[in-house]
Amino acid sequence: MAISAEYLGMPLAIDDLDVENLEYFRFCALHDFHLQACAGCGLLRYPPTTACPWCANLESRWQRVEGKGAVHSYTEVHHAIQPAFRGKTPYLILLVELDAQKGKPTPEEGLRVVGNLVTPAGVLAPAEEIRRVGIGTRLRMVFTDVGPGLALPQWTIDEGAKEPENPWRYPQE
Amino acid sequence: MPLPKDVETTTPKYLRDKYAIVGVGETSYTRGSGRSTRALATWAVKNAILDAGLTPADIDAVLSYQSGDSTFAPFVAGDLGIRLNFFMDVFGGGSSTEALTGMAIGLIEAGMCKTVAIFRAMNGFSQVRIGGTGARSAPPITGDMLHSRAYGWQSAGQMFAPTFMRHMFDYGTRPEQVAAVKAIHSEHASNNPKAYYKKRYTVEDVLRSRIITKPLHLLDCCVETDNGTAIIVTSAERARDCRQPLVLIRGVVGRCTKPRADMHYEAGPISTVAGAYAREILWPNAGVGPADVDLTGAYDAFTFTAMLQLEDYGFCKKGEGGEYVSDGTIRLGGRRPNNTSGGHLCEGYTHGMNMVIENVRQLRAEADDSCPVGEDGRRRHTFDYREGGCRQVRSAEVSANLGWATPATGSAMVLRRL
Repeated sequence: MAISAEYLGMPLAIDDLDVENLEYFRFCALHDFHLQACAGCGLLRYPPTTACPWCANLESRWQRVEGKGAVHSYTEVHHAIQPAFRGKTPYLILLVELDAQKGKPTPEEGLRVVGNLVTPAGVLAPAEEIRRVGIGTRLRMVFTDVGPGLALPQWTIDEGAKEPENPWRYPQE
Repeated sequence: MPLPKDVETTTPKYLRDKYAIVGVGETSYTRGSGRSTRALATWAVKNAILDAGLTPADIDAVLSYQSGDSTFAPFVAGDLGIRLNFFMDVFGGGSSTEALTGMAIGLIEAGMCKTVAIFRAMNGFSQVRIGGTGARSAPPITGDMLHSRAYGWQSAGQMFAPTFMRHMFDYGTRPEQVAAVKAIHSEHASNNPKAYYKKRYTVEDVLRSRIITKPLHLLDCCVETDNGTAIIVTSAERARDCRQPLVLIRGVVGRCTKPRADMHYEAGPISTVAGAYAREILWPNAGVGPADVDLTGAYDAFTFTAMLQLEDYGFCKKGEGGEYVSDGTIRLGGRRPNNTSGGHLCEGYTHGMNMVIENVRQLRAEADDSCPVGEDGRRRHTFDYREGGCRQVRSAEVSANLGWATPATGSAMVLRRL
């Protein structure tokens, strides 16, 4: 069934034929991160796709994946483009490389999952927390609830993990 | 994901120098054109036809590219009295100029038409803002877009920034090195009377401008303008009857992608861009290499995009792009100037066409600067590159345009003068 909801005043919608995205976000709504695993080669993929990027198999099954990883790259937005994010700057857009399937099937590949830096409660993080995060920072996944059947996977500092001493941040602060 | 060894893509070797860009034209670069995109396109195509010494009756095909923000080829053809043997309007932004030039070659080669006009018309400031603000900033977010726009990840600068940041991390590229691209292009623009921004900026000006999205400062980003731009492609044989010195198409690669064009950050070193793949097609097809190129048109939607492409097409070693763009090489008077018109950062934003137009003029030795024009109608270039002076590159014989759509998609084209 199609989903429509509102997040920060933005209308979000998934139509009823977009079964891959409906299923992905349904698991997110349960705070239980799943990715498609290829029925042929078994590789996980992100974001949802309609076939396996490595073997073109059209069949897949949803597999639970641990939402832990390290920042692969990021940007820190100071000038928001979308009205929903004006008042929310600065905010971080993170590409987090999951520990799962890191460096597979080739050393330069990985599951790099997008998200904002948020508090453990799933709210966009304040500036003082943003300053702690750079390339290499260990993060864990949390969810921002949007509506029935829809939550956004997000990232928060993994306070239990051993953090790098100096995560790489853009030099001109 | 290596290319097959026997790849023969857009311009097989036997098509080298068989086609030419015979006409180039544009409107003024403004903020507030006061005209429709249809009027801008018509104006630019007419200028390109006149530049070639042709009439509308000589054109039998029109191609255009757009992002739901512009007029369509049949309207422009109709306005100018062009009857079409072929037309196509494609969805695309940056990197489309070179790609459509390659397609024009294929169309003529297939016998479907003879002379092709290619245009891009946009009110990129006054109607559909290219930076993504205004009406385009808040449409409903549906389906696959939830993985980007729901996170405030939408504009070109925001979408490309993780590539730029990772390049700094992987190779130690510094903000002041990349800022040199803007400073140098602004010097070029100061010698281009039609540039929207003619003011010269310094590296410090760039670094002092406010951060938009790290690592981009305001002055690392291009200028949104209203404009139409056009070129005319035909066979070299037919080109000999045209008005201008011959500028031949040596080789093209069009819309070549990295793996996972749907979400390229999943694969490959993300500090490497599509040029690393495209160059394996461009240089063999063109039969030249980076060392043979006298001037470049590396797409400068941002300072970083020019740097990354120059690096991945092999103008310097991987990781040394920061050094290459800041050591004087790309400046007028340097070994290989880049974007001598001022490019997107200063002349105006066209989704790549103005950089092709500029290189055609350079190869004709007809850069439209403030140098005096002789009685024969040809410009007397002084090669004095001081502010307000000359911008003609001395002995320009081979140029390369490096078009950018995203970190994962690019096109390129080598031109040479006869």
